[in-house]
Amino acid sequence: MSGYLVRRLIESALILLGITFVTFVLLYMVPADPARQIAGRSATAETVANIRDQLGLNDPLFVQYFRYLGNLLQGDMGRSYLQRAEVADLIAARLPASLLLMVSAIVTELILGLTIGVVAALRRNRPADHTLMIFSFVSISAPQFVIGILLLYVFSVQFGWLPIGGYGTFAHLILPSITLGFLGAGWYSRMMRSSMIDVLEQDFVRTARAKGLSRLHIITRHVMPNAILPVIAMIGIDIGLFMSGIVVVESVFGWPGIGQLAWQAIQRVDIPVIMGVTMVSATAIVLGNLIADLVAPLIDPRIKTK
Amino acid sequence: MKPDSEIGRGDTARPVLSVRDLTVQVATGEGGKTVLDHLSFDLQPGETLALAGESGSGKSMTALAIMGLLPRPMARITEGSILLGDQDLVGLNDKRYRDIRARRISMIFQEPMTSLNPLMTVERQLCEVLLEHRMCTRNEAPARALKLLRDLRLTDPEQRMKQYPHELSGGMRQRVMIAIALACEPEILIADEPTTALDVTVQAEILDLIRLMQKEHGTAVLMITHDMGVVAEMADRVIIMREGKPEETAPVEQIFDAPRSAYARQLLAAVPRLGHAPERSVKDSAKKLVEVDDLSVRFNVTGGIFNRTVARLHAVEGVSFEIRAGETLALVGESGSGKSTIGKALLGLVPWDGSVRIDGTQTRGMSRRAMRPVLRDIQMVFQDPGASLDSRMTVGEQVVEPLKVHQLASGSELTDRAEFLFQRVGLSNDMLSRYPHEFSGGQRQRVCIARALSLSPKVIVADESVSALDVSVQAQVLDLLQELQDADGLSYLFISHDMAVVDQVADRVMVLRLGQVMEEGPREAVLHDPRHHYTRRLLSAVPVPDPSRTRALLPPAPDAQSPVLALGESFQRVRLETVAGSHRVATGT
Repeated sequence: MSGYLVRRLIESALILLGITFVTFVLLYMVPADPARQIAGRSATAETVANIRDQLGLNDPLFVQYFRYLGNLLQGDMGRSYLQRAEVADLIAARLPASLLLMVSAIVTELILGLTIGVVAALRRNRPADHTLMIFSFVSISAPQFVIGILLLYVFSVQFGWLPIGGYGTFAHLILPSITLGFLGAGWYSRMMRSSMIDVLEQDFVRTARAKGLSRLHIITRHVMPNAILPVIAMIGIDIGLFMSGIVVVESVFGWPGIGQLAWQAIQRVDIPVIMGVTMVSATAIVLGNLIADLVAPLIDPRIKTK
Repeated sequence: MKPDSEIGRGDTARPVLSVRDLTVQVATGEGGKTVLDHLSFDLQPGETLALAGESGSGKSMTALAIMGLLPRPMARITEGSILLGDQDLVGLNDKRYRDIRARRISMIFQEPMTSLNPLMTVERQLCEVLLEHRMCTRNEAPARALKLLRDLRLTDPEQRMKQYPHELSGGMRQRVMIAIALACEPEILIADEPTTALDVTVQAEILDLIRLMQKEHGTAVLMITHDMGVVAEMADRVIIMREGKPEETAPVEQIFDAPRSAYARQLLAAVPRLGHAPERSVKDSAKKLVEVDDLSVRFNVTGGIFNRTVARLHAVEGVSFEIRAGETLALVGESGSGKSTIGKALLGLVPWDGSVRIDGTQTRGMSRRAMRPVLRDIQMVFQDPGASLDSRMTVGEQVVEPLKVHQLASGSELTDRAEFLFQRVGLSNDMLSRYPHEFSGGQRQRVCIARALSLSPKVIVADESVSALDVSVQAQVLDLLQELQDADGLSYLFISHDMAVVDQVADRVMVLRLGQVMEEGPREAVLHDPRHHYTRRLLSAVPVPDPSRTRALLPPAPDAQSPVLALGESFQRVRLETVAGSHRVATGT
């Protein structure tokens, strides 16, 4: 187990290293000139050249990359070109808000998705199943900004039940979590439904019935634990989806998280911030997968970590 | 051993279960199809009644109907009654049925591998049924579960309690299933093919155990099986079923000695029996088509931080043999003996060491591309004809696909060739454009054989090719294989766990255990004068389709070397000693 953990951590570090390289090269190739962005439109060519020199933008790609990597390993993610602050500080200030949103979105999508999946599987091919599957289809296909705006219009503008945007109370959290979790709820309900249907046809479910157990007992103790296994593996991968969703949802609801930070940075080619946010989300995805793989053997005794 | 079949019969005894005119229909696209047609029988206390028949005969449907477990809404009881004592189970609501299941009627299933919940320990699965039927309090349950495991002769019962199903062997899992079934001391045990998925020695142990439990508890057993050997060994009375109808009901001796119905006679005639094999000509002078010398197959077991090899699984160790033209060599042994692995090694499907010559060509170290011409001479037919055909291609396309791959034919030539192959395996040409699901199991296996024949190979590796087929179909496919051999001088490497079938087809037999040869030689010598204790054990475990013969209790299995060894550890190979002629036996095991 500890050997496995060490190996997986080394693997994760290598993946992250690869991501720094790919992202760095991609941003290097972006045709916008950061020095000009910083200097502003009215700056002279000399000023721009000075800034470029200061930032080391004239150095060859590899020199720039290794300088960045060296700093990164010491915990230094560089300074924002446009906001007079360290990237690490900017991210640290906004990360808690994003994490809170993400966790509550995961909870929302699991509760919504698993419930819908279980009910649909148990009512397979009946009206309830068809209705729920149409709902899940809609939630998968609807763009998040549409859902977000729709929810805002109904619950904040029309009924005035929930705040229009911002951050602070539990009420602020509800609509962004639902918007972000809506897509995942659609996926999970479909996955859970088909997984439940598979498990319901397994021999051990017939054994459980032959034992004289009640339907409720069979569903909750025998079918659901087995059906949820493939879903758990998905949650790790899902964090990646969240990262792209977070940019949209945080903008719609004015949620002060790293998604908003990323959006501002992308618009203004603030490369150190873009790099920093990318690294944070890459780390989250890699960690999410690692945790999903570490949790799996605790739930399924057949999986051995080696 | 067998209780007198007359006990508990006669007009005065009250049956524990009385089935009258039971009729079950299954919904299909074209309306209801009757899968069980007016079946009636009585089950007396303490007796074993066998429901025997081939697939589709309605045996399992009967069991599920009695348990109230018919797959709804597809299947339903349309007529008849199932009387348990005075209570009619037909139409009983689910809540009251739950008090019957496990408490009064229990069932064990064919697949011990999949019949237990993989996420629950043995203890939880046992306690669950005890608590559901209030057999004891929550605190008493573990002790009671442990006692059940002990009663069922599981080794290390304390340890088994904490284990998950995947940590147990097939035989152990079936014991756990029986423990669950007997936990609430039911009056009736329904055993649906309880040993079909198990090795023959494990089968013998499980059958002994069912008999013992029956004797101790006086349980009535409804035994569902396709195996006439199991019927002869276990049953007091037999119902022979065919297409949902009872063909004949009689005491077991009568079924075997003087079957009245034509179908029963036909079924019994098709059963392969040890020691009733036809003579076979000697092929000692024919050309050697396969020469295998010191073949070993080892799989690496990895672990640690860098996934390095930490141990080796020795699947096959130092096996040598040759097959001459027109000859059949049979590989027998239990699961894990390496018999299928040897077949795969011959076709280059697993990495191997040693020397393999196919019709004179050394295939050691050959790439897949280089193997291609060799594969024209050696082809394989697998166990499951359903799974080894592509369901989205017509059988005609599949049969000639090898010819296309090897660029040996094209255009109308392919059609001609497909028609020819279909004729050879006894299928008609108008079937060529059909898809696999339109065929029966036996027909599918014929398609697989036709595909294997398409390249005109000299050798066919038949890996359990008839194991999944009903006996009557099995007999036909074996006849087909024999005809092909007589006509073309084909050689077979016949891999099977069924000693009676091997006796029918083999010229020579090789007995394998954990990757090594225990005994080899001419069929007569190995099967009828076995010298190695392992061969004897295998043979004595085979159920004999003759109720007048009682099988002796199986001697306990001797300890064997584990096939997984740490790196650097050397594998203890057995030495083969010649008994007479080419009959050789392993020594020191």
